[in-house]
Amino acid sequence: MALTGLFLCLFLVGHLIGNLQILYADPHQFNTYALFMTSNPAIKALSYLTYLSILFHAFDGALLTYRNVKARPVGYVKNNASANSKISSRNMGILGTVILIFIVTHMMSFWAVMHFDNKMPLEKISVKSQMAPAKDYYLTQSPGEYIPVDQVAADKKEAEASRKAFYIKDRTEFIFTGADVKKADGYKDLFKVTVAFFKDPKYGLVYTILYVISMLVLGFHLYHGFASAFQSLGLNHPKYNAAIKAFGIGFSIVVPFLFAVLPVYIHFFLKTI
Amino acid sequence: MKLDSKIPEGYISDKWTNHKNHLKLVAPNNRPKIDIIVVGTGLAGASAAASFGEMGYNVKAFCFQDSPRRAHSIAAQGGINAAKNYQNDGDSIYRLFYDTIKGGDYRAREANVHRLAEVSGNIIDQCVAQGVPFARDYGGMLDNRSFGGTQVQRTFYAAGQTGQQLLLGAYSALSRQIGQGNVQQFNRHEMLDIVKVDGKARGIIARNLITGEIERHSAHAVIIASGGYGNVYFLSTNAMGSNVSAGWKIHKKGAAFANPCYVQIHPTCIPVHGTNQSKLTLMSESLRNSGRIWVPKKKEDAEAIRAGKLKPTQIAEEDRDYYLERRYPAFGNLVPRDVASRAAKERCDAGYGIEANDTNEGVYLDFASEIISKGKQAALVAGDHNPSAEKIQELGKKWIEEKYGNLFQMYEKITAENPYEVPMKIYPAVHYTMGGVWVDYNLQSTIPGCFVAGEANFSDHGANRLGASALMQGLADGYFVLPYTVSDYLADEIRTGKISTQTAEFDEAEKSVRDQIDAFLNNNGSKSVDHFHKQLGHIMWNKVGMGRNAQGLAEAVKEIDALRAEFHRDVYVPGKADELNTELEKALRVADFMELGQLMAMDALQRNESCGGHFREEYQDSEGETLRDDVNFKFVGAWEYQGPDINKEILNKEDLNYEFIKIAARNYK
Amino acid sequence: MATKYININLKVWRQKDAKSKGQMETYKLNQVSTDSSFLEMLDQLNEQLINERKEPVAFDHDCREGICGMCSLYINGRAHGPDTLITTCQLHMRTFKDGETIYIEPWRSKAFPVIKDLVVDRSAFDRIQQAGGFVSVNTSGNTIDANATPINKHDADRSFEAAACIGCGACVASCKNGSAMLFVGAKVSQYALLPQGKIEAHDRVLAMVRQMDEEGFGNCTNTGACEIECPKGISLENIARMNREYLKASFS
Repeated sequence: MALTGLFLCLFLVGHLIGNLQILYADPHQFNTYALFMTSNPAIKALSYLTYLSILFHAFDGALLTYRNVKARPVGYVKNNASANSKISSRNMGILGTVILIFIVTHMMSFWAVMHFDNKMPLEKISVKSQMAPAKDYYLTQSPGEYIPVDQVAADKKEAEASRKAFYIKDRTEFIFTGADVKKADGYKDLFKVTVAFFKDPKYGLVYTILYVISMLVLGFHLYHGFASAFQSLGLNHPKYNAAIKAFGIGFSIVVPFLFAVLPVYIHFFLKTI
Repeated sequence: MKLDSKIPEGYISDKWTNHKNHLKLVAPNNRPKIDIIVVGTGLAGASAAASFGEMGYNVKAFCFQDSPRRAHSIAAQGGINAAKNYQNDGDSIYRLFYDTIKGGDYRAREANVHRLAEVSGNIIDQCVAQGVPFARDYGGMLDNRSFGGTQVQRTFYAAGQTGQQLLLGAYSALSRQIGQGNVQQFNRHEMLDIVKVDGKARGIIARNLITGEIERHSAHAVIIASGGYGNVYFLSTNAMGSNVSAGWKIHKKGAAFANPCYVQIHPTCIPVHGTNQSKLTLMSESLRNSGRIWVPKKKEDAEAIRAGKLKPTQIAEEDRDYYLERRYPAFGNLVPRDVASRAAKERCDAGYGIEANDTNEGVYLDFASEIISKGKQAALVAGDHNPSAEKIQELGKKWIEEKYGNLFQMYEKITAENPYEVPMKIYPAVHYTMGGVWVDYNLQSTIPGCFVAGEANFSDHGANRLGASALMQGLADGYFVLPYTVSDYLADEIRTGKISTQTAEFDEAEKSVRDQIDAFLNNNGSKSVDHFHKQLGHIMWNKVGMGRNAQGLAEAVKEIDALRAEFHRDVYVPGKADELNTELEKALRVADFMELGQLMAMDALQRNESCGGHFREEYQDSEGETLRDDVNFKFVGAWEYQGPDINKEILNKEDLNYEFIKIAARNYK
Repeated sequence: MATKYININLKVWRQKDAKSKGQMETYKLNQVSTDSSFLEMLDQLNEQLINERKEPVAFDHDCREGICGMCSLYINGRAHGPDTLITTCQLHMRTFKDGETIYIEPWRSKAFPVIKDLVVDRSAFDRIQQAGGFVSVNTSGNTIDANATPINKHDADRSFEAAACIGCGACVASCKNGSAMLFVGAKVSQYALLPQGKIEAHDRVLAMVRQMDEEGFGNCTNTGACEIECPKGISLENIARMNREYLKASFS
């Protein structure tokens, strides 16, 4: 529990730093980062480690809870647990379950869309000039290459029918319709997906509230979990305990708070471009 | 009955070595064929059982508690003596030997006490090797403190929990043997009789306290280490379960019971508060290292304090009577326990008691001056040469906390008063019994094969035990005496073979136990066991307590006799025999206390002298000190059971010879 | 402190024996002195029950001065009652109010089965101790002199603080997981901090933890309840030290 927990704390920090880029409101920067995170082999390895950690953390936690419940087959008629322990420490299983559900839905909303959804949008920019009306182009990963949106079809069939110059293959590749040769790769527009999610006219507010609640839950989980991990690893020393504890409390407040800031910011403050 | 103490010949310091060298041995290959029963798992019992287990004997250990670790040795607070002379203050084996004999008011056996002093150092070595965390100084060496009746610092300690640490040490050694299968542990079992075959101890009858089952256990030797009988007074510092039954049962089967009237009343206990009180709590004697005992000089001040109109801190220094320092300038607050107790009683009887209970019995134990002196010292060490009064108080209290923290906390929890700010209130209470089953030099009782160790025997403390000597004796008996002397006895048993429990002797013993249990359960009387126990305690405390006289003792003998009859006629014991039945357990124990109480009064009545804890008001000098009669009473009084009428018990005398110490009046002035 | 008398209501767990089902019973007890200890109050209840020809309540107790570890009792939802740093026998009735209802239950743990009423079987602790809670030194008059190995006062003091455990089981009773880690941690620490104990440190911690798991105790999730309820104030530091010792022993 402790090792995976602390590793997941590190993951949270990395994830947060990435997410905070949303505050720049620069879609391209964010999408570049998203591309890097999904294509770099080292990051990939790290992400698998993260998935494993989450699974192990959840499985181990469930096993622990099961064993611990079995250790007291008959409960107390009257129990005043709040006199000797904090509510978060007594409910790590429940908090963890909520977080697990959150992770699953969170991954369905973003990670799955990013990885598998055929409707994943690609990043566009609008180029305005004095001579011509504004025109949309797809950004590509090849420097200097911009592909006009009106020249891109969803697939080969459509491209041939509509005589468009390009069609999209494998969700990101721009292919010359005639030659079947790849011109360039587009950027998945995760920024757009994210913004759309939280600004969804119907459910945006609900999502935002649920996200904030989930982060609150995460905060409580970390409030106990952070210092607890050190204790489980045997790292308890009168000289450093206060520091570990203080850091843990700070961590459990700051990290979930910043995570929660983002959906609120998007829903209420971000202006769509 | 012939009492042969079997004291070896030779010079005092050679006796034990020579004796050991000539004891018979049992070869390692024969030991697993021999069974030993140990009753009680306090310091003496646990250390003996562990040692026998290590040697390879087949050991069965019994305790009535739910774990051997709970035996009442655990409650000893102050420390354990050993003649190590680590403090370079002139200590030696001889000095410890001398102090113990003198402390016991010249009523203990020289040879036994010298042996105790000889092995005292080994005990500390053994315990440290076991991982007992004794207090240490900043150089990493063992620390010592001083105890009553001595002028050296030879007491090793672990805060105010020395007994706990030593017992847990012995318990860990015992646990190791249980884990290895050398010792079979029987928790929640109470020995209810000993079984003799052809005159030898061959086993016990025990009751499983959970199921009520009556069990038979056979062995080639039986060790009784079941502690003292202070609970005969109902209120004492003993644990609620502490009882005399094992010792009394063997007495009834032929073991002489020696000096039952020697009871130690400990001077520093928390005073009685009310009628529902179930026990008294000791405040360690070690507190007398730092605390000064006083009562007001003026009677009207004492009255005002009792009425709640005055606080002790409001009594001016010159209006306080530090009566121990006044009467005994050489030893001051560190006089032996019996002396300190009697002095407190004297002041309270004279009307200077400060506790607002029925009897006004209580005196102050004041730490104010020690807090100031240690606070100043601590400030100096910290480099503060001009500390403020507040700083001195703070540092002084910190010092006190480190030394006695758990005792101060315990006191505050019980009394709801903060002893760092106001003086503790204390009063004497029954604490330890020097008397017990008579044993020879080998710790064997008058029943062959039945050995008795620790507080349960009578041997080492004479008429008064010095502080921090009980732990020493328990471990000396268990670790360093019994393993040799019991082996000597068992050397003749290697051909005996397994002892059957299906014999007439076992049948008979079991039947008598069952009959007694059935009698109680079918008695259908009207009063609880505690009701009778409290009445017994009342008689004992008032007439066989700190101050005794012929008339009171004669009355006590009669009153107890009558009370015993009433008890058996009118006690109500609910429940059944085949279940956990705490009332039945108590009834069986109180039945033995009744008989013992009567014998104690008889013993006190026959001993027409004052010595140690036995104070006969008729025998005191002009200053109220004990007046011994060495011509007529320099003997161990060993009583021989003669059937249910305790009045018929016969007194046998073992003369005490002082070859190496000049017998003199005890003087702590 | 002036003595007062209060009337109280008691809800007590009654269970005939290990096999029977138990239930809470209600009793009224009048004229309880506030100077009485909690166990003296139970004595008074039992005296009342005996006089009514009812079966008295069975509960474990012995020294009644907070050191033997025999008394237990879960009082008003807390091990050893509402006060801290004391055992039930040191809890005094002045802690309670006139007319108060007091719940009294036995320790609840799979490893501590109820024997009768409020009495539980804690022999699991003994078996953990037997598995390795000792230094393997035989009795002999010839061990080295006690002062031959100086021990740093700080370590000796920490070791003593760990050794102050009275084995009452309050840690298990108050832990939501029924974990015995504070008990085992304290024992492991006592020896791990001393040079005498270091020799067998690896085998000891592995054996004791194995036995602890076999007994059916739960696992530590660091809620800290045990440390708060421990009558001797045994520190959580000891659990961390055991974890450290266990990790060391497992990987070497």
